[in-house]
Order: sequence, then structure tokens, then C-alpha cells
Amino acid sequence: MEEEQSNNKNSRRQFLKKGLLAGAAVAAGGGMLNAYSENPAGESGEKVKVMTTNGEIMEVDKAMLKLPRVSVAESHLGIPGKKFVMVIDLGKCKNARKCVEACQRGHHLPKSQEFMKVYLLQDSEKTSPYWFPKPCFHCDNPLCVSVCPVGATFKRTDGIVLIDNNRCIGCKFCMTGCPYSTRVFAWKHYPEFDEDKEPYSPEASSPGKEGTVSKCDFCPDLIRVGKVPYCVSACPMGVIYFGDVDEDTVTNGTETYQFSELIRDRAGYRYLEVLGTRPCVYYLPPVDRQFPVDRGFNDLDESIKNRYINTPYAKKHKL
Amino acid sequence: MENNEKTLLKEFAPQIERTGIQGYVWILFLLAVIGLGVYAFIQQVTKGHIVTGMRDNVVWGIYIVNFIFFMGVSYAGALISGTLHLFKTAWRKPVIRMAEFITIISLLIGPGYILLCIGRLDKLHYLVLHGRIQSPITWDVIAISTDIFGCLIFLYLAILRDLANMRDFEELQLPKWRKKLYKILALGYTGTEEQKKRLERATNIMATMVIAIAIIVYSVLAWIFSVTLQPGWHSTIFGPYFVIAAVYSGSAVLILTMWFFRKVYHLEEYITKKHFVAVGVIMLVLAAFFGYFTFSDYLTKWYGSEKNDELLIQLLFKEFYWPFIISNYIGVLLPLLVVGIARLRTITNITLTSVVVIIALWLNRYLIVIPTLQSPYLPIQDSRVEWNIYSSTWVEWSLTAAGIALFCLLFTIASKFIPIVTVAGNTQEAKPEDVLV
Repeated sequence: MEEEQSNNKNSRRQFLKKGLLAGAAVAAGGGMLNAYSENPAGESGEKVKVMTTNGEIMEVDKAMLKLPRVSVAESHLGIPGKKFVMVIDLGKCKNARKCVEACQRGHHLPKSQEFMKVYLLQDSEKTSPYWFPKPCFHCDNPLCVSVCPVGATFKRTDGIVLIDNNRCIGCKFCMTGCPYSTRVFAWKHYPEFDEDKEPYSPEASSPGKEGTVSKCDFCPDLIRVGKVPYCVSACPMGVIYFGDVDEDTVTNGTETYQFSELIRDRAGYRYLEVLGTRPCVYYLPPVDRQFPVDRGFNDLDESIKNRYINTPYAKKHKL
Repeated sequence: MENNEKTLLKEFAPQIERTGIQGYVWILFLLAVIGLGVYAFIQQVTKGHIVTGMRDNVVWGIYIVNFIFFMGVSYAGALISGTLHLFKTAWRKPVIRMAEFITIISLLIGPGYILLCIGRLDKLHYLVLHGRIQSPITWDVIAISTDIFGCLIFLYLAILRDLANMRDFEELQLPKWRKKLYKILALGYTGTEEQKKRLERATNIMATMVIAIAIIVYSVLAWIFSVTLQPGWHSTIFGPYFVIAAVYSGSAVLILTMWFFRKVYHLEEYITKKHFVAVGVIMLVLAAFFGYFTFSDYLTKWYGSEKNDELLIQLLFKEFYWPFIISNYIGVLLPLLVVGIARLRTITNITLTSVVVIIALWLNRYLIVIPTLQSPYLPIQDSRVEWNIYSSTWVEWSLTAAGIALFCLLFTIASKFIPIVTVAGNTQEAKPEDVLV
């Protein structure tokens, strides 16, 4: 066991050395499962069918499915020398919801829990509506962390705000503290929680625990093996970029940009800057749209479509 | 024991010695309601919080409303009894014990409601084990436990002399264990000059402290809301506003309690119209303050009309129209009229007004908690009705009823244990006719 752990650690270091970009390239180049082949656990010979984040069925070795999970104590620290950032290009989003679905599969979430939510926003009557994917903003001044009475939610050195579900007492103060409605509560024990047989780790936010709060975690378990979060690799439009502020790079898996340049040239901004929470998620304004807004209503489940029926846009166009 | 104390005790003896058939029916009824609450609680624990109406947007429902309400009533009891004691208000004797009981009983029930909001009661000890002083919930834990401790001491000091009276009153027909209990609890108080002096000093200190603690604790409770960024909560006025609303609700609960015990224990001779008017006037003054704070808070939100404040106020005047009118118009104006106009100032009217005030203040807390959670910065976009609009379930209502029933039950038991009207020192000077103009 010990040996295996140190192996894991070594391999983790290797991955980190290779850097985020290499990992992202692997992830982009034909499925996220490639990186698993470097898993030191080796092949077990047992094959299982899995669905990739693109929704394709693949047959892979069972051992490849496991992501190494760090201990609860280690997950409090953060990945050394990193400061993560996300950039979301609103001009490209067409509400395909692949990010939501991949995230739910990756974190073993029930349909009623979404770490990533897609809103249909319209800032004022005359301005144009747009689709607005919203993860956790991993704020640098996080009110949710300030108000937690037991330190169950914490800010790491790499900027990630995580939740330790073992510690969480479920008072929900963080949910009222967050002005972005980011956090979700497990109102009961969902069967999806049982799908995950691995030991719990805050970095995986899984398996979920009844009566506690959870939220988007920036997928540190994927980052540790050199990959990008589920939502980033799943998006067919490359809407979501992920990267490191200090390295000044962000990638959506196919394109890589210098973060500072991207923000400068495309007028990147943070949502509700006025609240002073200092988010680590930036938005690029919805200009040069690749799709008309109503494309986002295509191929939606009735229940998902109904979410938007009360928006001014849907009412106006009788969608 | 002085003679007049003996006469009083003799008069109150029947209510302590015997419980009539009506009394037992009443207690059984209360136990049944509490039983329903226990059943609801078991449902919530076994099936999860999904059985409540709370969801990801409205994460706190009527549990937290009840929590604020009961805590408010409690602090009010402390403030009123503390102030009456410190200022040696002449008419206080017949009603001050009720105020003290209100304080301690609602203080025992209130925190229970916040526990009902907590998803993992099995990890409750983490609040101490891993407590973080930065969190307003930790402030609340410290403040409330201090308050419970302080109020218990204050109440004990306040009833000590009557415990000694009960011990010395030999004609009292009670089982042996109860007489023994009085003996132990009276701590050997015999009313020597030295004892009197010490008791007086200790009570004065505790009365002062209880007033201070009550203000601090209720402000801390208000800060749980106002430290967040939520529209409608992020307000500097919330601390004092909550304190005023608390005392206001407490004065109304005191009037209702007075009416109830006057009726049941036939205390017409001791609790007179003068007492109702006196507490009614306190209620009137607080109504005016409460109205002022409410107006101030909503006026500034409405006038400046920040987008989210505007949405909130729209919501209050649309979906929550009647609760808003009852709590913030009728709940303010009714006491001003009924107590303010001499012709309307009857015991029945004042009591009915206090009932309206109690309902209004419960609704006031509802309107502070729920509409704000229903109008977050990012619009709620969800196709599930229960995720959009909060609607409390039978589980929450059963537990609310159980809390009220427990309040009544504990009050009934307390009144069986010690006279509900202070006996010690209740001399002629306490007769309200002479001191109240």
C-alpha cells in the first residue's frame, strides 16, 4: 500500500512536471482516458464499458478508471506553485449542456445537483440575451469560507475553494453567504453517490454525503494527473478555458492563449465585480456570436427547456 | 415569612397542590402535539431534509423563522423583567415572574429550531471541536450559551425567596420529594439582613447583565443575516431592528400570558386592567419604534432602487402582499390605535391586539428570510416548482406546533412548581391602583 502511494506520488509529480498544457493536449487528443494508461496501478485485465465525456461508449481496463485520490489532509494544502483561473467565452456558448453532463458523470451527481449551471441572462430590456455557464468562482475573498463555523470549506494555496464533506455539518450558512447561488445541498441520499466505490476525497467531491453542501471544485483530481476539468474537455465549442495565472496560460484543450492577453484583447471581466468577492473566473463578453441565442433551445429536455420559460427573452419569443 | 406573603401563598396553594381534570386534558393535548412533532422529526432524520420545503435556493425556511421568533420572545422577557427590576417599577410584582419564565422557556426552545436546519446533527460537536471564531455562527453559539447561563442564574435569583417561602409554608399539601426539592433549591435562605442584602446585589448585577447580553445576542443573530451580501439582508440597521422587534414581540407574548393565567388561575385581583395598560403602553412605544425601523429599512431600499432591492420589493408587494400588509402596516398601527385611544383600551382589546402583534412579528421574520432567498443575484432558473418557491411542509408545521406546545407545557409545569405571581415582597405597595395614575 505504502509503495503504491509513493508510486502515485511520483507519478503525480511527473504529471505536474509535464505541466498542465501537455495534459490538456492529451485530453483534447481523442478522449480523456489516454492519460490513465500511465496509471502506475497497471492493467487488471478486467474490461469495463464506460461513457466518455463526449458521450461515446468505450471499453477500457478497469484499473484505468481510477484517478489517484489524495487524503483529506493533503487536499487542504493545494497544488504547490499553482494559481488556477478559468475563462469562459460567452460568445461561443450555445447551451449544449455537455459541460453540465460531464461534470455530473465525473462527480457522480444526481440530475438534481448541478455544479455547473447554465443561465439565460439578459442584463436589461434592450441588451441582448446570452447563455451564461456558471461554475464556482473560487473567489479570492470568499464569503462562504469566512462564514463557515467549522472550517469545512477552505481556500487553498492554488486558489481553489474546496469543501470537506466529512467536516461539513450542513448549516447551509455558506449557501446564503455565496451571492452566486453556486452551492448545492444533498437533501437526501441520492443513489448516484453509491456509484463511486473509491474512498472519499474533497478533491473529487465524491462520493457525495447526505446533509452536506457541495459545489464545483475545479477538479483538482484531474489537474493532478495533468488534465483539465470535466467541463472544459467536454465542451464541444471550446467555451471554457482553464489554466494558471502565474504561468499566464489558459487552454480549452485545442486552443491555448496567454491569459493576460486574452483578457486584455477580449475585454474580459468578472461577474458582479461590485460585490468585492474577487472571483477567479473571468468572462469574455458575448460578442461575435457563433450561434444565435435561440439555438440554445434546440434538443433540450422539456424540463430543462421549462427552466427558461419565465425569462423575458423566452416570453417575448414565445419559446 | 411575613404575614401577607402567607396569605398570598394560601391563596395560590390550590393551583400548586392540585391539577384538575381540565388541566390533565390540556397537558395530554400538548403532549399529543409534541408527539406529532417527534414523529415529524423522525421522518426528517430518516428520510433527509427532502421532507421539508427547503431547497437549494430557500435553504432556510420556517425553522429559522421560529428560531428568530422564540429567541426574540426570550430576549424580550429578559429585557422587560431586567428593566422592570432595575427601575423598581411598582406594579411589576404580579407580572415579572411571567416575563422571567417567558425568557427561560423560549430560550430553551428557540435553539432547537436552528438544530432542525442542520443537515448533520451527528457532527454537531464540530462546532466546538473545530469552531472558527471568524464565523457569525460561532459568535451565536457563544452568545446563546452565555445567555442561557445568565438567564438561568437571573431566574434562579428571582425565585429564590419564593422557593424559601414554599419550603417554610407547612400547610402546603405536597408529596415529600417536592418539599425536599424546595428545601434543597432554597439554599438555606432564611431572609436574614445579610442574605437579603446579598441577594439584592446579585439580582441587580444579573438584571443589568441580562439586559446587556440580550442586546448583544440578538444583534449577533441579526448579523448572521446582515454580514452576507444578499439583497434585503445586507443592512446596517438589522442589529437594532432585530432587538426592537424582539422586545416588541415579547411585550405581546407577555400580555397574552397575563391574560391566560388571569383567566385560568383566577388572578383578577392581582392582575388588573392597570397591568394590561402598563404593558400595553410598553407595547405601544415599541410598536412605534418597530414601525420606524421597518419604514427606514424599506424606504432606503426602495428609494435608491438598486436592481436587486427593487426585485425584492416587487416580490414583497406581489407574492407576499398580505403578509407584508399584516406585518408591517396592521402590526404597527393596531397597537398605536388600541392602546393610544383611551376608549379602546380594554383588557380584551389589548389582548387581541397582542395576538395580532405576535402573528405580525412572526410574519415579519418570514418576510425577512424567505423573499430574500427567493430573489438571489442570479435569477432562479429551475423547472421544479418547489425549487423556485418555498412552501413549508407538514413536517415543518408539525415541528412548529410542537414548539408552541412545548412552550405551553413548560409554562404549565412551571406554574405548578412555583406561584406564577411573585409572592415575596408582594406587599400593599404593589397594589397597582395606588401607584399607577
